[in-house]
Amino acid sequence: MAGSGTAHLRQPSESLLRVENLVVDFPAGRGKKVSAVSNVSFDIAPGETLGLVGESGCGKSTTGKAIMQLPRPTRGEVSLDGTDLCSLRGEQLRNTRPKLQMIFQDPISSLNPRRTVMQIVEEPLNIWKIGTPEERRLKVSEVLSSVGIDPEAAAERKPHEFSGGQCQRISIARAVITEPSVIICDEPVSALDVSVQAQILNLLEDMKARYGLTLVFIAHDLAVVKNISDRVAVMYLGKMCEIGSPDSLYAAPAHPYTRALLAAIPLPDPNASLDTEHHLEGDLPSPISPPSGCRFRTRCPLAQEICARVEPQMQHVTGDQFVACHFPLQAVSETPVAVQA
Amino acid sequence: MQTNRDTSITHLDSSSLPTIEAIEAPSSHTVKGNRLGTAAWVAIAWIAFLALLAILAPVLPIPDPNQSFVAIARKGPTAGHWFGGDAIGRDLLSRIIWGTRSSFIVGFGAVAFGLILGGMLGLITGFFRGRVDGLITPLMNVLLAIPQFVLALSLVTVLASGAGVNSTRRLAVVVLGLGIVSIPLLGRITRANTLAWSEREFVLAAKAMGAKNGRIMVREVLPNVMPAMLSISLLGVGIAIVAEGGLSLFGVGVQLPMPSWGNIIAEGRGQMRNSPHIVIFTSIILFLTVMALNFLGDAVNRRFGVRESVL
Amino acid sequence: MSIGNQIDGLPTPSGTPGAPKLLEVRDIVTRFTTDRGSLTAVNGVSLSLERGQTLGVVGESGSGKSVLSRSIMGLLPRANTERSGQVIFEGKEISGLNDTEYRELWGDEMAMIFQDPMTALNPVMKVGLQITESLRFHLNMSKADAKDTAIALLKAVKIPEPEKRFSSYPHEMSGGMRQRVVIAVALACGPKLLFADEPTTALDVTVQAQILDLLAEQQRERFMGIILVTHDLGVVAGRADEIAVMYAGQVVEQAPTALLFSEMKMPYTEALMSAIPKLTDASHTRLAAIGGRPPDLVNPPKGCAFSPRCPYVQPRCHEEAPALTPSPTAPEHLFACFYPIGSPETEEIRLRIAAQRLMATAPQFVTPAQGPPPIGEVPAPPSTADQPEGM
Repeated sequence: MAGSGTAHLRQPSESLLRVENLVVDFPAGRGKKVSAVSNVSFDIAPGETLGLVGESGCGKSTTGKAIMQLPRPTRGEVSLDGTDLCSLRGEQLRNTRPKLQMIFQDPISSLNPRRTVMQIVEEPLNIWKIGTPEERRLKVSEVLSSVGIDPEAAAERKPHEFSGGQCQRISIARAVITEPSVIICDEPVSALDVSVQAQILNLLEDMKARYGLTLVFIAHDLAVVKNISDRVAVMYLGKMCEIGSPDSLYAAPAHPYTRALLAAIPLPDPNASLDTEHHLEGDLPSPISPPSGCRFRTRCPLAQEICARVEPQMQHVTGDQFVACHFPLQAVSETPVAVQA
Repeated sequence: MQTNRDTSITHLDSSSLPTIEAIEAPSSHTVKGNRLGTAAWVAIAWIAFLALLAILAPVLPIPDPNQSFVAIARKGPTAGHWFGGDAIGRDLLSRIIWGTRSSFIVGFGAVAFGLILGGMLGLITGFFRGRVDGLITPLMNVLLAIPQFVLALSLVTVLASGAGVNSTRRLAVVVLGLGIVSIPLLGRITRANTLAWSEREFVLAAKAMGAKNGRIMVREVLPNVMPAMLSISLLGVGIAIVAEGGLSLFGVGVQLPMPSWGNIIAEGRGQMRNSPHIVIFTSIILFLTVMALNFLGDAVNRRFGVRESVL
Repeated sequence: MSIGNQIDGLPTPSGTPGAPKLLEVRDIVTRFTTDRGSLTAVNGVSLSLERGQTLGVVGESGSGKSVLSRSIMGLLPRANTERSGQVIFEGKEISGLNDTEYRELWGDEMAMIFQDPMTALNPVMKVGLQITESLRFHLNMSKADAKDTAIALLKAVKIPEPEKRFSSYPHEMSGGMRQRVVIAVALACGPKLLFADEPTTALDVTVQAQILDLLAEQQRERFMGIILVTHDLGVVAGRADEIAVMYAGQVVEQAPTALLFSEMKMPYTEALMSAIPKLTDASHTRLAAIGGRPPDLVNPPKGCAFSPRCPYVQPRCHEEAPALTPSPTAPEHLFACFYPIGSPETEEIRLRIAAQRLMATAPQFVTPAQGPPPIGEVPAPPSTADQPEGM
């Protein structure tokens, strides 16, 4: 990983959202910068769910926010339906907002505690002056019932009267009310209990089918990501390691980091032997001075001298699986895969 | 990118409702509403009582505050004059009631002035941060570094001392002086709270929805910052009333003959040995009022501070 | 320590005459006074633990699992709290101790690891001092000895450059390193009983594995009893000898780990298990979510606390609360259910639900399982799908 390259991108015409060479730097004081996201590219076809996984500090949430242009990325291109959002200014960018929505991790923090559920869910319609007050109320009721909240009982209540799972449902209602084409879900179930998490994951699948949504699903839990995604991208320290369909990626990870992540998951099965052999040692290096070459090399069991010198590029493995590694665990396809436009 | 701002609303077929795990009824937790607590209600009653007296002062059956009765000069409470008289025989009760007018105008006026300006600056700097913040906040810090009382004293001295200044002008200048002093304090509190609330994801969510900054500030941030601002302001009112007394000691408070609690105490200082009742009665009223304001400030914070979880 | 042979690492068979268990908890009830009334956070929990053993306490938020461990340790605030029941630590009743007597126990005999390593450490104190503090208090060590011991501890929890880290502040370390320090602080005085309250919830999955390995290793070396409190069945599955599942303040099922996973009896345990997305399932497998939400502990439902959400509920469940009783086939397996999994009543309903689910969700189920759903007029995208398999 720790790799760049765009070999894994499909034709621009096939993708609804396309992120190319995205770079997000944050100033870290004294002239230094944190490179939170470095040359990340991916694309999402309409109706697809892309799972972004990685540990904290890998830049997955920053990527999600950069797609939203909140804040704007340092460099790179984010095209939604063929329009490069990074090149839009002010009002033009604001006009694209209803098409691109976001759901956040903390269900409590993402709802204004002083406003009622009605006001919260109606707000996007008010901002865009969509419909008459009567129509708006109807729409809110309809969306609320579609996320499993009783509009009659809930409309005049405030968020603190609801559980975390219910708050997350309200957030989802607010996100879908403008009928967006893409929703960025930033760890939407990480703060929830297992039983509620399952409800929300099922709900997201339902909403996706009902409103024709395309999702970017950011999470650290590989099992959750596998459940909801059509494609999974693994990130490490601001770079992309591996991307592919979850079934092939999980069955045969090509990147040593993906393998380590999978090995670290505690399985709810006492008979499953703990794969301590592939457990990672050490900590994430500092993103202020990331390792040269492949950023994973400092913790990689397979690292060689070349990994410090040359940054690996995305290579095709099999099917739609691509990996950025000099020594992938799966054979790399020999066939030229220049599907690049 | 097609920015399709459809002004009609497409209603989805309600028969296609997904199979969700039953519509959940919202929590049965009933919140005990509108409870400020007894202490706060007593405080409100006290302040309302004083405010009422101050407003009704002209029609109350009390003597003119500037009329001297030789018989009660420096005397304690009598049947006709419940609080006794001051050094030159003016009815103390009447002076305190009339003084409530100027003290409340100073207290509430100065803080309202500071709250509007300081609150606005705090909201703007806290919300936008960056360059705006870098410009205004250091200025506020400089203002804060100057001893507050000295600053107020100098402001009032420069703007309204000397012989030709009438009482009304002086009152306005005292309000202005104390108001300016309270700007950086209130601004700072507002800014700190705004900074914290602007970090919240619902602000990001509002931006993601396409809400403009002004709307976000007014609708999302301000209502959350308000309780802290109000709570501090109530404390501030008490402080401003006391500070006016301090200015009076230096002869630049509310100008005699117009009474204020501050100048009654300042005047009565000389009579402490023989007729302490002047200072004592006024101070008790002052003390009770400041305490009531503090209680109220706390109660406001508790009552309107946000409940964010069920427990 | 009264029993010499335990220190060799031999597990004590439970019920050895004359050898008191490390910890025995009987009928703990903890209530909090809230605005809305009395909240029963822990409702009659009994447990026991031997040295060298790990008891996993599993439950969702609000199940009372964290309050339970604090109740046992005596860490709850006294105000607005009402606690009853017995806590017997090495044969001594400790629930009636006062703060001073507790302080003798804390750190020395029993210690706790908290969820958030950042708040568990004092941010303005060097980590070394936070370790030596308890060494000097409990073991009366000299300053130099305490420092040596602290550095040895930092080494034991695998902190690189322990001498240098001794004088670091918590904020200079990563989350995983901080949790190692928290563990070092907890282990400092060689406690016999360690409470680990969601020790890895705030950590990344790779770091979580490191920390759990470390705890297991330290447990073997020090022969500690561990109570591992977590919401994650995955965490306890591979690490605990015995598991207690909590719901609404009560233990609803308790069994040795292997038995619990192979023969779940309580519908809640089963529901909790099936709600977890499995790595082995194909993507877009619909999850078996538990409907509804945990009960309000101020006004708990009548009868079994899980009855409002239980798929197998029977009229009796709404009327009577089942007690935690041993399974007739395996006495070490306790559960609180009138109609456990495997009973005829439950099996009948299970079949009915399975049939219904198949009927109701079949159309919805199929669509997302095969690539992107048919929204938009877009042809199925994966252009790389026809590539020959490159393995």
